[in-house]
Amino acid sequence: MKLRIPVSLRTAWQTFSRPSRTFSLGFLTLGGFIAGVVFWGGFNTALEATNREAFCIGCHEMQANPYEEMKQTIHFTNRSGVRATCPDCHVPHQWTDKIARKMQASKEVWGKIFGTIDTRDKFVAMRRELAEHEWARLKANNSLECRNCHSADSMDITKQGARAARIHEQYLFTGERTCIDCHKGIAHRLPDMHGVPPGWSEASDDPQKPLGHWLADGRGEGR
Amino acid sequence: MRPHHLAALAALPFLVPAMLSAEGAPPLRLDSPFRPPLNFVEQNPAPSIPPDVTDDRRVARNYPEQPPVIPHNVRDYQITLNNNQCLTCHSRRFTEAVQAPMVSITHYVDRDGQTLGAVSPRRYFCMQCHVPQTTAQPIVPNTFKDLDTLVGRPTDRGDRR
Repeated sequence: MKLRIPVSLRTAWQTFSRPSRTFSLGFLTLGGFIAGVVFWGGFNTALEATNREAFCIGCHEMQANPYEEMKQTIHFTNRSGVRATCPDCHVPHQWTDKIARKMQASKEVWGKIFGTIDTRDKFVAMRRELAEHEWARLKANNSLECRNCHSADSMDITKQGARAARIHEQYLFTGERTCIDCHKGIAHRLPDMHGVPPGWSEASDDPQKPLGHWLADGRGEGR
Repeated sequence: MRPHHLAALAALPFLVPAMLSAEGAPPLRLDSPFRPPLNFVEQNPAPSIPPDVTDDRRVARNYPEQPPVIPHNVRDYQITLNNNQCLTCHSRRFTEAVQAPMVSITHYVDRDGQTLGAVSPRRYFCMQCHVPQTTAQPIVPNTFKDLDTLVGRPTDRGDRR
């Protein structure tokens, strides 16, 4: 059986596949180049526009919950006045990683449309899940977004407290652990932390549950 | 009543305050026996906010029941229904890795005298009793002497580790 292709499609393909009769080669190559520049520039501009804090907190879900909570923390207000904006920590800076993250973010558009966290109660109820996504992401990329500003090479542990210095030496410099293992909830309120051992404890040694998943150990001790 | 009387009456509410203020405020008597020698309208610049003590050295208690003070930075430590950040070092399980002092067993006792398996809810909010210190000097000098000093025996400075 022969597949019937609509006439309009066939003519379009014929026009597309044949050499141009009316446009010069120079017009086509130069025009294609310029169109490419315009498209690429526009694409990146649009991409950067979605990569600003104003865009993130354009939705009330982000504005009323994580942004308000972040305002009190040291990543927003501190003595030197340097602050992190949402994409500094939540979007990779490298292009390919950034595109991958932006594609993932289409699920967040879905969540926005269907109101997954459009009330405070819904947000609080989902806090653990949302936090686990970010912990897993930062664990997988070795806390890449932290290290965009905080480099282990530039870290002068003699300026740190004795305890911090010892733990950084033991876990961070050896690469045994990564920033997010210990530094959870540094810019947001923490979710229910039952079953999530602190990064410096032996309990988080178990590679089977790098995040100490709360289902895995019966919600931990100490309830 | 003549019209100019009326006019005078109408002007009265404006005149009286004007006359009163024309007298001028009575000069401030700084030597009044009922007031401290201070001019209350003067605004003194606020003293600078003293820095936190974060040297990680334990401070001796002034008396045995005193809640030990916190010798480290506690900025953004979250003590909420979800999480108690102090207990990520000071709970029994985690003291080995960080060498933090464990919360004492008295914190496990609930109000009925039952010893629980973990910190009792009534003792959960650490910073109700344990507080960080700053380098601020007391405005009023403190003449407190601990018991060991009073009874004149060599003091262990309340250190009962």
